[in-house]
Amino acid sequence: MAQVIVITSGKGGVGKTTTTANLGTGLAQLGHKVVVVDADIGLRNLDVVMGLENRIVYDVVDVVEGVCRLKQALIKDKRYEGLFLLPAAQTRDKNAVTPEQMQSLTNDLKEMFDFVLIDCPAGIEQGFRNAIAGADKAIVVTTPEISAVRDADRIIGLLEAAELTDPVLIINRIRIEMVKKGDMMNIEDMIDILAIDLIGVVPDDEAIVISTNKGEPVVTDNNSLAGQAYRNITRRLTGEDVPFINMESDAGLMAKLKKIFSFGK
Amino acid sequence: MDFFKLFSRESGTSKNVAKERLKLVLVHDRTNCSPDFLEMIKGDIIKVISDYMEIDEGGLDIKITRTKREFDDSTIPALVANIPIKKMKDRVR
Repeated sequence: MAQVIVITSGKGGVGKTTTTANLGTGLAQLGHKVVVVDADIGLRNLDVVMGLENRIVYDVVDVVEGVCRLKQALIKDKRYEGLFLLPAAQTRDKNAVTPEQMQSLTNDLKEMFDFVLIDCPAGIEQGFRNAIAGADKAIVVTTPEISAVRDADRIIGLLEAAELTDPVLIINRIRIEMVKKGDMMNIEDMIDILAIDLIGVVPDDEAIVISTNKGEPVVTDNNSLAGQAYRNITRRLTGEDVPFINMESDAGLMAKLKKIFSFGK
Repeated sequence: MDFFKLFSRESGTSKNVAKERLKLVLVHDRTNCSPDFLEMIKGDIIKVISDYMEIDEGGLDIKITRTKREFDDSTIPALVANIPIKKMKDRVR
């Protein structure tokens, strides 16, 4: 049975689009049939992050308005056989689509793919309601900042009100060296506050900027930490039990000191 | 290595400042109530309880926090009041 997963955050700029592109690509790497849907009508970006911007002919609004058939709007990825993009319209706004239309669209996509990933726009208005309308599951992306965690908390409440219970959390752009110094909230702090399950932690990594520049999702880069993190999340999405990268090394100086002393015994 | 950091209290780090601020702001986000509203509750609680016992009004602490609901473990807001009692009043009136 196909899964429809919405990637959302409330706050803008925390990495929803990058996450969608990487999870989509990662799932396709594992051999699944995947479509990534850009629900950010008017501010589309999933196409450039995927490096497919030059191939767009039709978009999601054309599909719901019956201008073209669904298959005509799907753009095939450059690298992976089973990966497709359904781009957002750039010259329309969020009201061009209704939640009911999104629901029927995702139902059609479910017939064709194993995974349907929806890149949700920032905010809690119509665009958000459209993006979550057809979803079975939600991934909430946040960064270790007060504003992002606060918005994530609000989104979790709205998801639960929309009966999308048990969303899972991705903590993006964590900087271990700052966590160690006590200058950045750690993973536990955020899980404790948001009270939802964690599905992955992505470190702040220059490789993301570079890969986005090129339009090649970082998950394809075997040498980057962020790529590894996304590959792990992808496997967890398919139900595999992948251990989290050990962050215990950031337990602080006391723990380190203890380790040294116990070693000396 | 910053040797003195070893002995500094962890609560002084900026992440703890962030955490405390976040917790406070989420209480109000989640329950949609203002500090004024809490003050009103506090006043009314004092009024009711004062009939039965003498309380330390300065030490009274009332806050909205979160707790796990017993039967399904889901998180719900909870009103927690910590009221120090000075002495019980004679209840025979």
